[in-house]
Amino acid sequence: MVSLNSYLILSALLFAIGTVGVLTRRNAIVIFMCVELMLNAVNLTFIAFSKFLGNLDGQIFVLFVMTVAAAEAAVGLALMIAFYKNRESIDVEDMNMMKW
Amino acid sequence: METLFFLIVAAIAVISSILVITNKNPLNSALSLIMTFFCLATLYVMLEAPFMAAIQIIVYAGAIMVLFVFVIMLLNVRTESARRGKHALFLGTMTGLLLLIQTWYTIGRGSVAGMKGPVDSALISKVGHTELIGKSLFTDFLLPFEITSILLLAAMVGAVILSKKKL
Repeated sequence: MVSLNSYLILSALLFAIGTVGVLTRRNAIVIFMCVELMLNAVNLTFIAFSKFLGNLDGQIFVLFVMTVAAAEAAVGLALMIAFYKNRESIDVEDMNMMKW
Repeated sequence: METLFFLIVAAIAVISSILVITNKNPLNSALSLIMTFFCLATLYVMLEAPFMAAIQIIVYAGAIMVLFVFVIMLLNVRTESARRGKHALFLGTMTGLLLLIQTWYTIGRGSVAGMKGPVDSALISKVGHTELIGKSLFTDFLLPFEITSILLLAAMVGAVILSKKKL
């Protein structure tokens, strides 16, 4: 029987790796993928708690997180394409139109 | 036996997620991310949530990652520009490590509190996981479920509008 703590530690590891990816990478699509990784780490936490507390509410929440992730991916990638059409690049360093 | 299996799957998940952030080619990152999603689906099966594992593979590894790979191939961005700041790499890694230490400290010091619910392995194997989820989704969580459909509609319209030729 694997303990709850092992799942939580694995989830924390994945979340930290996702955070490092978001903060260090420059490619906007890779940053999006790292955000998906962080969402998945949280999903693992939800399902582990749901199992060890004997309550299904966490898994319903995971369903909603997945829906939001799908919507985010669709809109985000459409934004990437629109940006690429303007600037010929998806480097986040080039996204400075709203900087002052 | 179960612990050994968990360790193997967890190790593969961590290694492939490290590959996601270290690969230079975005396409390789996407493939590593799919590997991570499959490992997570395996863990969901171990946590007696087979419906969630199926959804994970269909929605994440299927739909979302196909979208990512499609866009990467469409834009054809092979490599990353070299002009990344050295501070960004250092500070980002430090922030991640700090977050990791903080969460480990919290997990190590805490213990699970809360009421034990009615769902256990016997109930899941008797009624079925999908049926339990469906009942809960269409009774207790009906309103959020309906709102989710509006969110998906908004995302669909937004994606179509954003990728039009003239914005």
